[in-house]
Amino acid sequence: MKKIVWLKVFVFAACLTPLLYLSWALLQDALGANPIEELTRRSGEWTLRFLMITLCMTPVQKLFKQSWPIKLRRMLGLFTFFYASLHLLTYVWLDQFFAWGDILRDIIKRPFILVGMLAFLLLVPLAITSNQRMMRKLGRYWKRLHQLVYLIGGLGVLHFFWLVKKDLTMPTVYLLILVVLLGFRMILVWQRRLSYRRKSAVVQSPV
Amino acid sequence: MLIKTKNDIAISEITDESVYLKRREFMKVSAGLALAPLLGMPLDSQAAINDYAKLNFSKNTKFAIDEKLTPYKDVTTYNNFYEFGTSKSDPSEEAYRLKTSPWSVSIEGEVEKPGTYTLEDILRPHPLQERIYRFRCVEGWSMVIPWVGFPLGDLIKRFQPTSRARYVEFTTLERPAEMIGQNRSILNWPYVEGLRIDEAMHPLTIMAVGLYGRALPNQNGAPMRLVVPWKYGFKNSKSIVKIRFIEKQPVSTWMQAVPSEYGFYSNVNPQVAHPRWSQQRERRIGEFLKRKTLMFNGYSDQVAQLYSGMDLRKYF
Repeated sequence: MKKIVWLKVFVFAACLTPLLYLSWALLQDALGANPIEELTRRSGEWTLRFLMITLCMTPVQKLFKQSWPIKLRRMLGLFTFFYASLHLLTYVWLDQFFAWGDILRDIIKRPFILVGMLAFLLLVPLAITSNQRMMRKLGRYWKRLHQLVYLIGGLGVLHFFWLVKKDLTMPTVYLLILVVLLGFRMILVWQRRLSYRRKSAVVQSPV
Repeated sequence: MLIKTKNDIAISEITDESVYLKRREFMKVSAGLALAPLLGMPLDSQAAINDYAKLNFSKNTKFAIDEKLTPYKDVTTYNNFYEFGTSKSDPSEEAYRLKTSPWSVSIEGEVEKPGTYTLEDILRPHPLQERIYRFRCVEGWSMVIPWVGFPLGDLIKRFQPTSRARYVEFTTLERPAEMIGQNRSILNWPYVEGLRIDEAMHPLTIMAVGLYGRALPNQNGAPMRLVVPWKYGFKNSKSIVKIRFIEKQPVSTWMQAVPSEYGFYSNVNPQVAHPRWSQQRERRIGEFLKRKTLMFNGYSDQVAQLYSGMDLRKYF
């Protein structure tokens, strides 16, 4: 088998370990006195971690001139969606037990829940259009659409900031990671513009 | 031909049958010990109930409630006590550093008998009683805890508050070397809370020194903490070193930290939502489905009259 296939199998298995651990911990009653709260918190943290890892792929590819990060990006993105779904399901099912009225009230009244829901909703079209066929079908709009992930990253971190009672350490850590990752992309865009301008300047100069 | 066999196992080396039968248990335990650090579970932090001194007390039946007690392990490992860290497991893991002996409490402000008293002096005259109370955290979870303590009112009377003593302010110990959470300025240390004097004198309000019939574990506010069962948990000051009687309403630590979210009264009230948590329902620790939150945490009959005529939306 080709190297990249092995890598993909390995990464796939690695991405499943948080799920396996959380399921095991839940069954073993190892999540403390309030397992539902703990499960909600941890699935949320894993969502953010996967989102950050996914956003790392492009910078890693550019910096190390490797192609594997881009080949893993879709899988990582889909795992982000997977853990986000798990997080939402924990809230809707285990925490609220489908009390739709209360859930709706939560969305309207609690900004952190509104922002979290919005981030999840924006993830849905990205997950749906992640396959080759949709990529081809959407053409140049695909990239535009998938740039939504930057907004989702911001909303995800904001969701974390607003839900914390007082200790902002962890949300700040995620914010810094996000700033670095998005900053890298801004530098890329800025460089491209610069080199484009230089080229056009060369063309315009009389021979 | 004689085949010589040698019995080379001494009787003393043969594993005792009872031990042999426990081999699976042994393996389970050792596997657990090996895994525990990997899973981030400290081995020594969750001290057993037997480590704490038994207390002499009577059972109080006047305020008894007929609800299932929250297991000791949950009461002592799921705590909000930011002095030891902000996660729920931090207090039970970090509070062993706290030295609760010697301990003194300073009584200040509008009283006839101010001064610094040793813990023994504070506790000596008060017979202990068990009070089984609901405990409701502002975060939307609750417990039922068998506290051991005595009415705060009895303590307050001893110091003879003056007519200007309209509020009572409680201060928690500040000792960052032992309370490692205080090394970070998450809150403005020391932790300060307060009650109106009639709330403090109310027969439901107790000073607790134990739970489940034994001395308080450090993570639950040893050696002495407040329990005001109709208010959210954060009003229940822990590890108290100062009680001050004042004329003006004190500013509590949480009021200072986030004034829009935490008010002075902080009575359990399903009608008044916290910006972060709807207070209409709560998860009783150990239960799956949430239950409805009761007005004043189910103590309306006893305390509602304290607030008659007050707009509880304004005085949240």
